[in-house]
Amino acid sequence: MAKSSELTEVLTSPIINNNPIALQILGVCSALAVTSTLETAVVMTLAVLLVTAFSSMFISMIRNYIPNSVRIIVQMAIIASLVIVVDQVLKAYAFGISKQLSVYVGLIITNCIVMGRAEAFAMKNKPFASFMDGIGNGLGYGFILVLVGGIRELFGAGALFGFEILPLTSNGGWYQSNGLLLLPPSAFFIIGGLIWVIRTFRPDQVEPKE
Amino acid sequence: MANQQESFSRTMLVVLAVCLVCSIIVAGAAVGLRPLQIINKAKDKQQNILAVAGLHTDKSITEIFSSNIQTKLVDLATGEFVADNAKYDQRVAAKDPKQSIKLNVEQNVAKIGRRANIATVYLVSDDNGVLQRIILPIHGAGLWSTMYAFVAIKTDGNTIEDITYYEQGETPGLGGEVENPRWRALFVGKKLFDENGLPAIKIIKGVAPEGSVHEIDGLSGATLTSVGVQHTFTFWLGKLGFGPFLNRVHHGALNNG
Repeated sequence: MAKSSELTEVLTSPIINNNPIALQILGVCSALAVTSTLETAVVMTLAVLLVTAFSSMFISMIRNYIPNSVRIIVQMAIIASLVIVVDQVLKAYAFGISKQLSVYVGLIITNCIVMGRAEAFAMKNKPFASFMDGIGNGLGYGFILVLVGGIRELFGAGALFGFEILPLTSNGGWYQSNGLLLLPPSAFFIIGGLIWVIRTFRPDQVEPKE
Repeated sequence: MANQQESFSRTMLVVLAVCLVCSIIVAGAAVGLRPLQIINKAKDKQQNILAVAGLHTDKSITEIFSSNIQTKLVDLATGEFVADNAKYDQRVAAKDPKQSIKLNVEQNVAKIGRRANIATVYLVSDDNGVLQRIILPIHGAGLWSTMYAFVAIKTDGNTIEDITYYEQGETPGLGGEVENPRWRALFVGKKLFDENGLPAIKIIKGVAPEGSVHEIDGLSGATLTSVGVQHTFTFWLGKLGFGPFLNRVHHGALNNG
């Protein structure tokens, strides 16, 4: 078993230092699609977190048996199965949210973060460490998603989790909402801005000039 | 990696084992959770119907559906009720060439392609059994998606009591505002038909003049969604939609129970 300090490092480094969205620029497509409200962002985070954690763990458990020639296919089979299970569970227990997330739950299969962690970490590490790595990356993904979702819902719809924070002019309040923030391109700007901010405070993340 | 691990038979074995385990898990989840999902879907639909039923009781959803809401099937061509069939699903029927008609370019106003021959309508009665509202399902293409709605009308077959868009994939905040209660409230009291019995609902750009009985404000920033709503109404109030049925309702077809 790895030392606890190593596990902590595996768990926390993806949140800021090695963030899958901000540093590795993975999983951006889904980050654009599901961040128009905070609620969907949180549920999507949970779904991705569970899938990444468990797929990494299962793949790590059988890593010594997976033939190298078909390893990607085996990884995909495990990831896809988990995603379908998550989708079915959401449909059964959180129908309203699963309707909002629609196809994006299924598209977790194609989320580069899940595959990336399976290939880069789970194939070389023990199950528990892989599980923690999955949780960490899920949290890193969620950190950006929740930030973007919060900004978009607050300034685009004047609400957080559906509760009105800034009274909208259309409902007789004073806040004129910014419609752009409800459209997917706004997430591009916000994620870009976040990457800028993170790299200003962590200059080591800036890529060297070519 | 060890050579033995890469042999053909071993590769096949691992792949088959992984597939087997995965398929058992997936099938187990799908089958095990199916009953819950069906209940959720049915509940979701009933809730949408209730949203426009205008009933104020503290009965549970199932109770209301067994005592206050009657599900009826209407032959759209004649506007007459046909024998009940609890299993009938209008959306499934619309895809079946035997149970639907293909709309030609001119008829396909709402851009729905095919229309089922038989539609499901809901009759809402109060606790004394007096008919209060008729709920009609309508749908049509918006900018991105097919938008599904329930419209509740008075027993005169002409006055809108309520409307709810319960399934749509329009831009959130713009076209998605078809779900906004404030916009939906604009429909209340509007008349579906003019004096000549022709469909008259108009979604206009800007603000409808005060006292207008047919006009409704368009959604700002969502012209194409508003046009979609307009076309949905035009189609479903017309001859190919609920026109014949509403005409019969208008002439008192439902007054005898």
